[in-house]
Amino acid sequence: MSHVSLFKRSPWILHYDGSSCNGCDIEVLACLTPLYDVERLGVVNTGNPKHADILLVTGSVNERNIEIIQNLHRQMPDPKVVVAVGACACSGGIFARAYNIQGGIDHVIPVDVYVPGCAARPESIIDGVVQGIAALELKHKRSA
Amino acid sequence: MSPLVYGLLFVVVAPLFGGLLAGVDRIVSARMQGRVGPPLLQPFYDVGKLFEKETRQVNPVVEPLLLGHLGFMAAAGALVLGGTDLIFIAFVFALAALCLVLAAGSVNSPYSFAGAERELVVLLASEPFFILMLAAICKVTGESTFQGVLASPVLVALQLPGVLLAFLFVATIKLRKSPFDISTSHHPHQELVNGLTSDMSGRLLGYVELAHWYESALLCVFVLLFFNWSVTLGLLAFAIAYGLEVLVDNSTSRAKWQLVLRSTWTVTLLFTGGNVLALFLLAR
Repeated sequence: MSHVSLFKRSPWILHYDGSSCNGCDIEVLACLTPLYDVERLGVVNTGNPKHADILLVTGSVNERNIEIIQNLHRQMPDPKVVVAVGACACSGGIFARAYNIQGGIDHVIPVDVYVPGCAARPESIIDGVVQGIAALELKHKRSA
Repeated sequence: MSPLVYGLLFVVVAPLFGGLLAGVDRIVSARMQGRVGPPLLQPFYDVGKLFEKETRQVNPVVEPLLLGHLGFMAAAGALVLGGTDLIFIAFVFALAALCLVLAAGSVNSPYSFAGAERELVVLLASEPFFILMLAAICKVTGESTFQGVLASPVLVALQLPGVLLAFLFVATIKLRKSPFDISTSHHPHQELVNGLTSDMSGRLLGYVELAHWYESALLCVFVLLFFNWSVTLGLLAFAIAYGLEVLVDNSTSRAKWQLVLRSTWTVTLLFTGGNVLALFLLAR
């Protein structure tokens, strides 16, 4: 079945803060401000996993949030994409060796797009979301 | 054209009208916040995507109830234009809202349940007004149907200015605008997540959005009743009223349910009751 999907026009995002220092979170929120205004691209910051298409995670995985991240990921209906934002979400970053840190987000859920940076710049976060949209389309086509 | 054709036309045209209105709403809201905002057709993209996405139903009664919500909302508008008794519409309108409450209350999510409870409160706040409003319109024109009111020589807005003001107030509830959007929220990371729609995914959320578009169109039809001399004047009045609603939405924070209930009943009693009482006393 081939048809134009609307996922690329309406990506709804769920933002979860793992063990982030809040640097990346501020940059994620900056994307919503008048300067970057991601709503231009149809992006909505939903705050509800059941409405979301893209899970945007900042910060690394620690003992306490493994279950939460897995639960949020499970609650999202298909097709869904995970974008790891910032050095900590990608690999654990400078906290990688801390006693409570497990590593990057890909330790607990499959990650589709890695956005590097400490903190990741809004431009690169938006670029990551756009690549996430491409992955979303691909998953949708495969399932159709 | 016969009223039946108008009724069927509402079923087809109202979602287009409501969707475009939602698109304009999002652009105007964005401009008020100094942003560019999404494309005009964004609400259509959103709903189209929701129908493409996986749907997970927590309770099997949710989908039939939401289809009921959508169906009764469309029927309410179709019945108005189809020439049914206006008072009857108030009950179909309430029934549509009740279906949504039952759907949201049938799942385990505390957010969804809280949303359902709050929706009942806003129903309690707004329904008496709608019944009074429609009764007052029927009373001053001596007509009981949409076509009858439009053909009436009496300009309803001149006779019922108080009711019109109260309508502006109560419409904030029905349009789900701040400060009265207590049962749901269109903005993220708030105390209610998304309230009523927390547990609805995929096409279920699509039904709720579609029903809301019908609801917006129905409110526009209600404004036409007030400006019954000219449809153009009515549409212009609706545009101004909607602009005010967006302004209020962007400049207020959400109220507690007690305030919503008290203020709505006070406004209903003072403006609608006062207006009807004044007309009664003047007519004596």
